[in-house]
Amino acid sequence: MALDINSNKYTFAFSTVMVVVVAVLLALASEGLKPMQNANIRVEKMQNILSSVGLKTTAEQADSFYTAFIKESFVLDLEGKVKESPSQEAFDIDVLAQYKDKEKLDSDKEYPLFVCEKDGKRSYIVPMVGTGLWGPIWGYMAISSDGITVEGASFDHKSETPGLGAEINTSWFQAPFVGKKIFNEAGEFSPIKAVKGGAADDDLHGVDAISGGTITSNGLSAMIANTLKIYTKYFQELQASSASADISTLPLDSLAVDSLALDSLTIDTLVSQPIK
Amino acid sequence: MSTAVAEESKVNKEVAEPMFSKKNLKLITDPFNDSNPITVQILGICSALAITVQLKQAVIMALSVTVVTAFSNLVLSMIRNYVPNRIRIIVQLVIVAALVILVDQMLKAYVYDVSKQLSVFVGLIITNCIVMGRIEAFALANKPWPSFVDGIGNGLGYGLILVTIGIIRELTGSGKLWGIQIVPDAFYAAGYVNNGLMILPPMALITVGCIIWFQRSRNTKLIEN
Repeated sequence: MALDINSNKYTFAFSTVMVVVVAVLLALASEGLKPMQNANIRVEKMQNILSSVGLKTTAEQADSFYTAFIKESFVLDLEGKVKESPSQEAFDIDVLAQYKDKEKLDSDKEYPLFVCEKDGKRSYIVPMVGTGLWGPIWGYMAISSDGITVEGASFDHKSETPGLGAEINTSWFQAPFVGKKIFNEAGEFSPIKAVKGGAADDDLHGVDAISGGTITSNGLSAMIANTLKIYTKYFQELQASSASADISTLPLDSLAVDSLALDSLTIDTLVSQPIK
Repeated sequence: MSTAVAEESKVNKEVAEPMFSKKNLKLITDPFNDSNPITVQILGICSALAITVQLKQAVIMALSVTVVTAFSNLVLSMIRNYVPNRIRIIVQLVIVAALVILVDQMLKAYVYDVSKQLSVFVGLIITNCIVMGRIEAFALANKPWPSFVDGIGNGLGYGLILVTIGIIRELTGSGKLWGIQIVPDAFYAAGYVNNGLMILPPMALITVGCIIWFQRSRNTKLIEN
C-alpha cells in the first residue's frame, strides 16, 4: 500500500488516532488503580492525624492505631457548635476541597474535629488547610484538653519548594509547636505564628519561620489563624469546663506560682498556666 | 544526531539472529561502561543529582527509568515506519509522557511512600535526556527487539551510576543504607559525624565527577588524545 506518511492528511489522522489510543489507555489505568491509590491516601490521612499527637506509624499500623487512639470525631459548624446531623463522617470531610470551593458559604462548610485519647489524656485534633507559595498546604494541630496548649502539629504541602517551603513537613519545623499556646494570658485568641528571623525563646505564640520560605511561612501562619478562629468558641468552652474540673485537683503550689499575676488574670487562664 | 542514526542503523542488518546474540548482549553491557548514559554520554545528570540522597529512591528511580526507556524504545521502534517525520518529536513525547504517567500511577498505587519522596522527579523522567536520546539515536533506526534491549541496557547503565552515588551519599551523609543504620553507634560515640554536605545536590555532582574521572582513567577506550 502506497502511503505517503508525510502528507497532511496522514499526519492529522495519525495524531488523532494516537491521542485517542493514549487517552483511553491512561483513563483505564487511572480508573483501575484508583481504589488502591485512595486507600493509600486514607492511610496517609490517618498517619498525619496520628503524627500530630506524636504517634509515628507505618502504613500497616495506621488503621489499628487510628481506631485505638482516636476515640471520637465530630463536626462543628462555623459557630463552633457540634453539629447534630453532619452531612458525612468527620473523617470523610475533604477540608481541602471545601477550602477550594469558592461558591460555598463559610457557614455551610463543616469543620471536623478528632478526639484522641493517649496515656489517659484527651487532645483535640484540628485539621487545617491554607495556601502556600505554589499550592495548598495542610496539616493537623492537636490541642490539649485545657483548650490552650498545643500538643503537637504535623504539616504537609503539595508543591512547596524543596529545601525551603517544603521544610514545613519536617520534624525540626514541627517539633517547636509542642507546648505553644493559642490563647494569651488575658484569654484572648492568639494563634501561633511563624516568626521571620526566629521566634524569641519565651514566645508562647511563635515558632521559627523558614529562611527562604517566607511566603510558605506566612501562609502557614494565616492557615493556623484562620482555622483555629472557627474553633475558638469550642476551645473556650473547653477551657471553662477544664477549669472547673481542674481547680480542685490542681496542686496548691502551682497556684502560688502565679499568685503575683492573680489580679490581672481570670481564674480560667490561671489554671492553664504552665506548672513550673 | 543524523550521523549517530546512520552509524547505529548499520548495526542491525542481519534478518535472523538469536534473541541474545552477541550484538544484542552488547547493547545491554555497553551502557554499563563504554557508553554509560551518565558518565560517557552525560545524559540525565539532573535526576542523578536530585534523587540519590537515599539508596531506595535511587533504585526505584533507576527501575522507573529502565521501564520507560525500554518500553518507549519498543513502542517507537514498532511504529517507526508509520510516524510522520514532521511530528516525530511530538509523537515521541506523547508516548514517553504516557508511559511516565503509567509508571507514576503504579508507584502511587503500590509504593505510595516512595512515590511521595520521588514527587516531581517521576514526572521529570519525561524530560530525562536518556529517554529521548535513545529513541532518536537508536529506536527510530532499529528493530523492536534490539531497541527494547538497548532501552533496558541504558536504563540499567543509568541505574548503576545512580545506585553507586546513592550508596556513597547515604552512607557518608546519613550513615545508613536502605534506611538501615550501618555506621555503628560506637563510631558516633568516638566523635564521628555524618557529612551533612553529602546530602546536598552539589556533592552528588562532585561524586559524579569523581566516578567519571575514575572510569576514564581505567577505561582505555575513553581516553581522548
